[in-house]
Amino acid sequence: MEPRKIRILIAKPGLDGHDRGAKYIARALRDAGMEVIYTGIRQTPEAIASAAVQEDVDFVGLSLLSGAHNHLFPEVARLLAAQKASDIILFGGGVIPEEDIPGLKAAGFRAIFTPGTPAAEVIEFVIGEFAASDRSGSR
Amino acid sequence: MGPGDLENLATLVRSGDPRSLARALSLVENGATGSAELLHHLYDAARAWKTVGITGPPGAGKSTLADRLIAFWRSNGRRVGVLAVDPSSPFSGGAILGDRLRMQSHACDPGVFIRSMGSRGHVGGLSAATSAASDILGAAGYDPVLIETVGVGQGEVEVAGLADITILVLVPGLGDDVQVMKAGIMEIGDLIVLNKADRPGIDQLEAAVKANLELSPSSSPRAAVVRCSAETGEGLDLLFSTLEGLITGSGPDPAARRERVREDILRVAESVGIRLAARLLERGGGIDPAVDRVLNGETSPWMIGRDLERLASKAVE
Ligand SMILES: Nc1nc2c(ncn2[C@@H]2O[C@H](COP(=O)(O)OP(=O)(O)O)[C@@H](O)[C@H]2O)c(=O)[nH]1
Ligand SMILES: [Mg+2]
Repeated sequence: MEPRKIRILIAKPGLDGHDRGAKYIARALRDAGMEVIYTGIRQTPEAIASAAVQEDVDFVGLSLLSGAHNHLFPEVARLLAAQKASDIILFGGGVIPEEDIPGLKAAGFRAIFTPGTPAAEVIEFVIGEFAASDRSGSR
Repeated sequence: MGPGDLENLATLVRSGDPRSLARALSLVENGATGSAELLHHLYDAARAWKTVGITGPPGAGKSTLADRLIAFWRSNGRRVGVLAVDPSSPFSGGAILGDRLRMQSHACDPGVFIRSMGSRGHVGGLSAATSAASDILGAAGYDPVLIETVGVGQGEVEVAGLADITILVLVPGLGDDVQVMKAGIMEIGDLIVLNKADRPGIDQLEAAVKANLELSPSSSPRAAVVRCSAETGEGLDLLFSTLEGLITGSGPDPAARRERVREDILRVAESVGIRLAARLLERGGGIDPAVDRVLNGETSPWMIGRDLERLASKAVE
């Protein structure tokens, strides 16, 4: 039997409208055989969390260039937990200073990718985390 | 999942719990063990909800119109379920599912449930699980269930067999006559929407569509034609009222219900056949040795098929 498809939501919270990076990663993940739901720019944490639940994704990837990550990223994690969906794996990307990364990891983000990260690294992360999660087995 | 868990899941789906509904859709989409039992618990031959299909070429504005339709139905107090199918890449099997982007304004509305699906190699504009997924949304109390097809522009007739009402969206500027003929408008649409009426060429498109409809046999019911712009909002009121008329008019028709159940049985039988054939092939040593034998010139796919059929017939007799 074919392995189960990995589903990923890629979203941009916050106010910046630069989605080239997000789209680039979305296409790379598609080319790696994954189903990528792209919800576009200027998404509220509420809309992102609700879409993640409805789409039953395995991962949510957030991209942000505007500097509000310390507030918006943890907020998505909190809303997912409130909907009993903390099994969804979170990762982030964008212009994020090194010193903010530990805080985001503590908030539940499994990885933070800074600009210039090769797509292959993101793909490797997704495949590895998926294999280690209990989502890969059952459904 | 055990039988008790599946019954619980079905109960949670009916109660409207979003996480359970999302999980149920994944189970069925992945053809996971237990999906048949789950669908059995949720099956309702009466199908009291309505299903509306929306099809047409890529970029015609199907998702944008869907966003408008959701808003209209919500203003009437209806709970709306949406299945949005986008093509899976035949090379990687992956997909970018972008329909939801245009409907995200409804993401936080608990009365709207949107689910994106990759076509996963299925041809005909839907995915293999779309029909079952629409039954799940119906059982969860969503009415109508709106299904957006892959926009390949032709041969997307499958949704017309599934939906109570099918909307075909066409736009000016795609080479009107060819577009109209390729779309097979006489077979598909109950309602033909000429979208992007804010763009030049809308009159020519309308003329081409109407001329084409003239050619359809007078015995078959003729599709309604509405022009509008999902962008500016022009013409949407007429679209909504025409659609409402069609939806209320498509009352419970015993013949259609019989036909639908017949299709359900055939669809299930077909997938049973495929699974059994795969098991027989496996028992005979698997697909790879079979490929070798064909490449060696020992046999052909047709002989392998005949042998599989003989094996299966023996089991039947
Ligand atoms: N000018 C104009 N653009 C439209 C209209 N409806 C949709 N669009 C645009 O057409 C593009 C494709 O729309 P989309 O809904 O994604 O089409 P789909 O591929 O059929 O789902 C988007 O850029 C829309 O903003 C319309 O009525 N007028
Ligand atoms: Mg679309």
